[in-house]
Amino acid sequence: MTRDETGADLIAAEDVLLFVNAAITATGQREFHSGADEQGLSLDFLHQYLLGNYRDLYAATLALDVNDHNAVLIARNLLVTASEATPAQRRGEGRLIARRLDLLPPQRVYGLFRDLRRARVNNRRTRAIIRDWMAARPDPAFDAVKYRSAVKDAVRHAHLAPGGELGPFLFAWGRPAAYTTPILETWRRAHYEKAALYDLPYTVAEGFAARHGVPRGAFLERIAPRLTRLERLRLQESAREHGAEAVRADLTTMPLTRLASYVLALPLEDRERRRAELTEALRAAARRTAGEQAGRWGTVAAVLDDSFSAYGSGQKRRRPLAVALACHFLMEALAADYTPLWLSGRADALTVRPYGPTPLGERILDGLELAPDRLVIVSDGWDNAPPGLAGEVLRIWRTRLDPARACDVVHLNPVYDAADFDVRRLAPTVPTAGIRDAENLVALVELAQFAEGRTGLPELRAHLARRVADFLREGPVTEVVTPPTREAS
Amino acid sequence: MTDLSLNGLATRPAQVWGGIRLVPLVRDEPIEDLRLASRLYDAGTGVVAVDRRTVYWSYIPHGFVATWTDDGTPAAAYGTQLRDAADDRAPAGMPLRFHRRMARRVDKNRLRFLPLHLALEGYLALHFGGPAIAWAEWSERALRQGLSPRVEEAYTGAAVRGLADALRVFEIHPGQCGVLVYASDALAAAFVVPHPDDYRALHTTLVHDLYGELIHHYAMYGRPVPEFRARVEAAAVRSLADLRAAARAQQDEWAAFHDEVMAGGLLGGDYTYEFVHELGPYRLSRLMPSFERQRDEHIGELIDDETGRLAYLKTFRLSENQVRRGHLLTRLAANDWRLSTTAAALGVAETELVRRIEAAGFGYLLRQDVRDHYRARLRRGGA
Repeated sequence: MTRDETGADLIAAEDVLLFVNAAITATGQREFHSGADEQGLSLDFLHQYLLGNYRDLYAATLALDVNDHNAVLIARNLLVTASEATPAQRRGEGRLIARRLDLLPPQRVYGLFRDLRRARVNNRRTRAIIRDWMAARPDPAFDAVKYRSAVKDAVRHAHLAPGGELGPFLFAWGRPAAYTTPILETWRRAHYEKAALYDLPYTVAEGFAARHGVPRGAFLERIAPRLTRLERLRLQESAREHGAEAVRADLTTMPLTRLASYVLALPLEDRERRRAELTEALRAAARRTAGEQAGRWGTVAAVLDDSFSAYGSGQKRRRPLAVALACHFLMEALAADYTPLWLSGRADALTVRPYGPTPLGERILDGLELAPDRLVIVSDGWDNAPPGLAGEVLRIWRTRLDPARACDVVHLNPVYDAADFDVRRLAPTVPTAGIRDAENLVALVELAQFAEGRTGLPELRAHLARRVADFLREGPVTEVVTPPTREAS
Repeated sequence: MTDLSLNGLATRPAQVWGGIRLVPLVRDEPIEDLRLASRLYDAGTGVVAVDRRTVYWSYIPHGFVATWTDDGTPAAAYGTQLRDAADDRAPAGMPLRFHRRMARRVDKNRLRFLPLHLALEGYLALHFGGPAIAWAEWSERALRQGLSPRVEEAYTGAAVRGLADALRVFEIHPGQCGVLVYASDALAAAFVVPHPDDYRALHTTLVHDLYGELIHHYAMYGRPVPEFRARVEAAAVRSLADLRAAARAQQDEWAAFHDEVMAGGLLGGDYTYEFVHELGPYRLSRLMPSFERQRDEHIGELIDDETGRLAYLKTFRLSENQVRRGHLLTRLAANDWRLSTTAAALGVAETELVRRIEAAGFGYLLRQDVRDHYRARLRRGGA
C-alpha cells in the first residue's frame, strides 16, 4: 500500500483528540444550542466512527478522564462488538472495562448491565465482567435492597447464583418469614413498620415513606443520618423548606464543581447572606483540588463566560457557569497573582448569573493587556458580540504581537457542539480542550499545551499507552478479569 | 414630521441562528416614565415590579392578549394604546372566544400577542375606514362598516422556521430595548420598547407575533445566512491598543452598515403618519407606507416624544400582494373613493379598476348590481 502514512496518522491523531474532547464534555443531554436528540445522535456517530476505525485507541480512552456517560457507552460498544476483536484486544479491553467499572458509581454500572441485557449481549466476556464486578461489591445485600430490580436483571443475565439469602430475596420475596441478614430483615419489616424504614437507604426508604404516608418533613428529619454526601447536598434546600434542619451538608467536603452548582442554584439574596460560608467552602474545595500545585502558576488572567448561554439547559442547569465558577476559585488557588474577567464585567464571582451577550474578543484584549504568564478562557465558544472577534484577536496576538509565546493561552470549553462533532474552537492558534469538571483543569491545561503543536500518532499512542498502564496499575490487582484459556484460542 | 429613525438607540452586533438574524438595539438611557401597562406585569411575568412613583404613562401594544375584562376572559388590545399609568379601565379590546378545549391549553395569564389573523385585519381596518363619500357604487355594508375584517395571509412566529429557536438562544444585551428581525436578510419586523425590563418581558412574545407570507417563505426556503464576522487587518496592528481600536472600528462599521443598508428599507421609507393620541410628551401615531410596489413596505405603530426620541415601535412587513391591495386602497382614498377619477389617475379604464378591486378581494365593497354591470361590460369587450 502506498498510503501517505503521515497524512493518515495526522488524521487519526486528530480524530482521537476530537473524540476525547467529545467524551469529556458530552452527556447526551440537552444543551443550550442543541436538543438531547441531536447530542445523542452526534455522540453516537463519533463512538461508532472511532470504534470502527481505531478500536484499540477507542478502548484506551477508557483510561482518560472521559465522563461516566461516555465510559458506559464505550464499555457497552466494546462488549457488543466483542466478536470483531482479536483475542489480544479482547483481553486488554476486558481489563480496561473492569478497571473502569470499579470507578463508576454503581447505579451507572447496573444501568450498563441492564442495557447489555436489553441489547441481548451475553458473550462470555460480558458474563465474566458482570460476575467479577458483582463479586467485588463490598455489600451484596445492600446492593440487592438499593438496586433490587437491576441486581435481579444482572444476576439473571450473567447466570449467577446469588449466595445466602439473596436468592430467595430477589426471586421469591415474601417466602421466608424472616431474614437473618439485617438489611434484608429491615426491608421486610419496613413494609409493615414505619420505624424500620429509617434504617434503609434513602432512595428505598422514600418509597416506603410514601406508602406509609409519612410527612415529607418528618421523613427527611429522621432519614438524615442515612443520606449519602451528594444526596445531602441535593436535598439540603428542600429539606429546609420542609423544616427538616437535620439535613445538613458539610460544604467544605464537597467536590468543587458540585459545590459551584449548588451555590449557583441558590437565590441571590441567600448567596449574599451566606457569603462568608459559601466563599470559604469554595476556597477550601479549590485548595484541596489544587493540592501541591497551589500558587505555582505565576500570574494568571481568566476570561470567564457568564453570558446567557452559560445557563445550559433545563437538563444541565447552569452547568457551563458552574464550571466557570469552579475554575475561577481553582485558578485563584493555583495562581500567585490572579485576575478574573467575567464577560458581563462584574467583579463579584459569588453573585454571578447567566445574562447578556458574549463579547469574548474585548475581554480577551483586557486579559492580554495585563500581560499574564497564562491566559485561560472558559467559555462555550459562541462569540457573538461581535462574532469572530475573539478568533481575530488571538490570531493577531499570536502572529504579530507575541510570536515568542510569552503568554500561554488556553481555551477550555464545557459544551459539546453536536453539529461540529467537537467543542467549539476560537482560533486555530489556540488549543481548545473540553472540560467537564473543574477538578481536571490542571491536567487539561498541561495536555492542551502538549497538543498545541500538532501531535503525531506515535506520540499520541505512546501517551495513551502510558495512561493505560498507569490506569491499570492504580487499581487493585485482584480485579483483573482472567479469561479462560479456551476463549483465547 | 421627520423620517422614521432609530433615535436614541444604538445597533449592536447581530446574532444569527439558521436563516434568522436578530439585531439588538440598545438604549443608553432607558425611558422611565413610559412603561408597559402594569396590569401586564401583574400577569405573572416574574419581572421586577414597576415603581409606581416614577411611571406616569403606560402603553399596551396592539394585539396584546391579557385578562382585561372583569369576568376573566382573555381579550386582545385593539390598536396600541397610550394612557395614564393610573388609568385602570379596560382598554379598547376584542374579546377572544376560544373553544373549550383550546381555552384550556392557552395559558390566559401569559404575555402574548394575538395569535390570529385578527391583528393584521385589525390593522388594515384601522388604517382604512372605508369610503368617506357615499358614491352610489359603494355597497351599504362598505359605507356602514368600512373594511370588514377579512382573512389576510399571515403566519405566527411559531410557523416561521427557526424563529422560535433563534429567539430562545438569543442573548439579550444589557440595556436592550429593541430588536430587528431578519429572515434570509429580509427585514421582517422592528420592535422597540421604552425600557429594558419591558423588552425582557416581551422578548419571547415575538414568537406569537405575526409575520407575512414573504417572511414565512424566506425562512422556509432560504439557506442559513452567514455571520458578519469581525476581520482585522494584521499588518496594521503594532500594539494591543491598535488591536483594540481595530476591534472598536469593526463595531462602528457594522452599526453604520446595518442602519444604512440592512434596515435601509425600513428607515428610508416614505411614510404617512396618522396621529392617534397624545399624552404628556408622548405621541402615538400609525405608520403607513407609500405602497410602492417592488420594495419593502412596513406598516406599524410608533410612540415618540417631543424631542423625536423613539419610545415604541412595532412594524409588520407587508407581502407583495398586500402592498398591491394597499396601493389600490390608497389610490381610492386619494381620489375620494370615486371610481372614475381613480381610474383616470391610474390610467386605466373603469372596468379594469373594478376588476382589480374584485381581484384584490374588495368586491364586497361595491354594490352587487354595479359589479354585475361592469362585468357585463367587460364580457362584451367594451370599456
